Amino acid sequence: MTKGDVAAAVEAANARAVERMLAADPVLVDVAVAGDAIAGLGDRTILHAGPPIEWPDMCGPLKGAVAGAIVLEGWAADLDEAAELAAAGGVAFHPNHHFDAVGPMTGTITRSMPVMVVENRSFGNRAYCTLNEGLGKVMRFGGNDAEVLARLRWLAETFGPAFGAALREAGGTPLKAMIARGLSMGDEMHQRNVGCTSLLLRAIAPVLARAVDDRERLAGLFEFIGGNDQFFLNVAMAMGKAIMDPVRGIEGSSVVTAMSRNGTTFGIRVSGLGDRWFTAPVEMPRGLYFPGFSEDDANPDIGDSTIVETIGLGGFAMAASPAVAGFVGAGTAAEALNYTRAMEEITVARNPEWTIPALDFAGVPTGIDIRKVVASGRTPTINTGIAHREAGIGQVGAGIVRAPMACFERALEAFAAAMGVA
Amino acid sequence: MEDRKDPIQDLLDGPVAVINIGLAQFARTLEGQGVAAVQVDWCPPAGGDRRMIDLLDKLGA
Amino acid sequence: MSAGVAATRTRAGFYLDSVALMRISQAVQDLAGVSAAFLTMGSPSNKELLLDAGLLDAGAEAAGPNDLVIAVRADDRDALRAAFETAEAALSGPATGGGEDSGWNPRSLETGLRALPAANLAIVSVPGAFAAREARRALERGLNVMLFSDNVPVREEVALKALARERGLLMMGPDCGTAIVAGAPIGFANAVPRGDIGLVAASGTGLQEVACLIARAGGGISHGIGVGGRDLGAAVGGAMTLAAIDALDRDEATRRVVLISKPPDPDTARRIADRIAASPKRFTLCCIGMAPMDLPENARQAATLREAAEDALKGAGGAEPGATLREASRRFRHAKGSVRGLFSGGSLCAEAQAVLMAAGIAFVSNVPIPGAEDASSGHRLIDLGADEFTRGRPHPMIEPAVRDAPLKEALADPDVGVVLVDVVLGHGSHEDPAGRLAAVLAPHDREAPVVIASVCGTDRDPQNRAAQVETLREAGVVVAESNAGAAETAAALLAG
Repeated sequence: MTKGDVAAAVEAANARAVERMLAADPVLVDVAVAGDAIAGLGDRTILHAGPPIEWPDMCGPLKGAVAGAIVLEGWAADLDEAAELAAAGGVAFHPNHHFDAVGPMTGTITRSMPVMVVENRSFGNRAYCTLNEGLGKVMRFGGNDAEVLARLRWLAETFGPAFGAALREAGGTPLKAMIARGLSMGDEMHQRNVGCTSLLLRAIAPVLARAVDDRERLAGLFEFIGGNDQFFLNVAMAMGKAIMDPVRGIEGSSVVTAMSRNGTTFGIRVSGLGDRWFTAPVEMPRGLYFPGFSEDDANPDIGDSTIVETIGLGGFAMAASPAVAGFVGAGTAAEALNYTRAMEEITVARNPEWTIPALDFAGVPTGIDIRKVVASGRTPTINTGIAHREAGIGQVGAGIVRAPMACFERALEAFAAAMGVA
Repeated sequence: MEDRKDPIQDLLDGPVAVINIGLAQFARTLEGQGVAAVQVDWCPPAGGDRRMIDLLDKLGA
Repeated sequence: MSAGVAATRTRAGFYLDSVALMRISQAVQDLAGVSAAFLTMGSPSNKELLLDAGLLDAGAEAAGPNDLVIAVRADDRDALRAAFETAEAALSGPATGGGEDSGWNPRSLETGLRALPAANLAIVSVPGAFAAREARRALERGLNVMLFSDNVPVREEVALKALARERGLLMMGPDCGTAIVAGAPIGFANAVPRGDIGLVAASGTGLQEVACLIARAGGGISHGIGVGGRDLGAAVGGAMTLAAIDALDRDEATRRVVLISKPPDPDTARRIADRIAASPKRFTLCCIGMAPMDLPENARQAATLREAAEDALKGAGGAEPGATLREASRRFRHAKGSVRGLFSGGSLCAEAQAVLMAAGIAFVSNVPIPGAEDASSGHRLIDLGADEFTRGRPHPMIEPAVRDAPLKEALADPDVGVVLVDVVLGHGSHEDPAGRLAAVLAPHDREAPVVIASVCGTDRDPQNRAAQVETLREAGVVVAESNAGAAETAAALLAG
């Protein structure tokens, strides 16, 4: 192929990739038990955020979440014993992404945990994400004490079954239009989900009320959703995974299909390069800290939640959420607009269905092209929570982090080789 | 006679519409005269990394 | 040489285009107590400049090509601190200037095109090493290109122009800073009325001077197409000159065409002459310094830019040198000593050489035209826009202060009887070049030497030519109607 042919082939493949992204029809259909829903998720297996990693390389919060999950599953009696088991190779670790799943922050999923199920009805694939536990001490930030484990049990035994039944009864809740409305309400679906959480609650409340007899229990379910502005984040993540999976494996496409971090390394996958991970050390988020915490307490970047940026939301949709820009700057509307415009430099298209009022209803930047990332010297902007570096403490702040350039450079080298021009 | 596909004739027929890559002064001057101009704030591709630029050129980016 | 205190600061990974840096350098250097100020990227060649200036310390030495170095020498610590403060403040100003709103500008051609899908021209002014790449990308996307950047290898120019011809596009440049398209002055260009005379120029100031002379004589310009200084050389073979002739041939608004260039390569000259012969339009060729050549019937050759303008206007121009000479002679019976020409426009310097040569006066120049006698003559015509003067410094059209030192030297030189200068106005040029000249002339004796200037511009230019002329006259300068006229006046004064 001549240089012009290669370029044309890549353009065409990328157009196909974005076509598939835009054709997606994600619907929240169920809450199921992970071990039942996720094929291959068996005993003594722990799924985690990010690219592959083994116990010795894990950061504090991930180790904490792993130990907590082991106790939750009853594979060890206490946290110390759980850590020993993990260190001795007594459990298998796999990335969520290898099991059609995603999880925020540490992202740990084990077989008894309830997971939300999003189906991409245009392509028939399903993706899974845990339920959002709320703020403060939670397993996704490495929390693992009795209170954390008790909440997880309540989610598994009470919330999950009821919410799942309601979703099945409703025939699922379509998400695409909900996101569009959320963007106009100031959500970017990573740091701010208050609009979409409310929209989801509004949509599901009547069905839930009919499905649950006990008024106190029903009130508890409403309280849990209504009391957690970030409840919808996990829905958005499962949706992101459901949208991106059909984009994998398009020959000649340089579009990123996944971005993810395990607290130690940041990894990306590229459509035309199959399921290979291209990794580099994670960076430190910049942002604001809860009272009593500082940068010294922060863990490096972690979580599968970057799937949200991969589909054009989060840091890419910052223009919809000026306040989120305030984590690292003055939080002006102009600043927020510039974050989104900067992402237009590294993407293939705008999403005509997900538009931002403050950008004259321009669509969110969609389809990250590794060529444009390397050429522009700009890596994706990611909105993120910040975990404490030690296990068991939880979230200490929130802010913004960049994907490391080295991932994209390595991917570009491999892509050039795959295209026969390296 | 008019061939709309001839890009030189299209330019000479006007109106001129400019993408200005580099010195912002050129774009400002044009805008001051009512000429449509978009300023591109250029920076070296791939931070000036020759090897990456070579790959990008081969990949049409 | 290096009295006072010197220091450098480095900003890692901070990029700003060199013209912006040079303008800041000049602003810092203008501060009281500052003797030298350099803001520059830490490339090897720039570090060499710093070394030459005695400003390369360990910090600057460690800087890489993507790091900004601020180097200052000042009389004392206070002045040094003020210099750094001014520099830092200028650097933290808005990157694109002008915009009070924190407006976002695209960072790439692709996003620029999303913002302006109707674009039909890309102006490229990025560092030479990347210039050809950006120009090629623009051509590949169907845009005509004006490539302002210089230091583009000639083989890249040949490739770019071949691509442009294949796509039916104009590839103006490299090193093209001036064009007038569909009434829009682009780059360093003057506000001239539209008319029926088309210009094709391998020289920016040549295009400006001819356009302004035509405008001031009541004519107008259809289009002024720059082709870059090497277009008529053997390697490029007139690729864009031919494309421009094709375009102007088809253009109904154009009735006459003026070609402005250095003397072309002989084969290329023949090709151009053949092309002209096939055109129904009338041509004027102005290749300063070229011997008379065989031309088809529809073409005339002009020895100077003024002659070219006059020919294009069918001799409508004025025989003004007589008037200027009368003015000069009234004040100066005759000039003793030699001529010192200090030019900001390369073609204006060449034109002055042609005039002196025609008057039988031998001279020395840093950019001699063919046939110029490099005798031990005391007459010197210097192009201050030539590479040796602009390496690491702004072009004198942008920053006329560059002429201050050689001008002061000429004024103080007892052997110099006539100082010849050009003042180039228009978009892109300095806002008040005459004022800068006047400020240097103010403390000097008005009688000797004689200062003769031409002002290339129009009254519609941002600087207003009439006002600039007035400023010069008040400073005791003899102002000619054209650059050729200024040189003729100098020659006449010498002849006594």
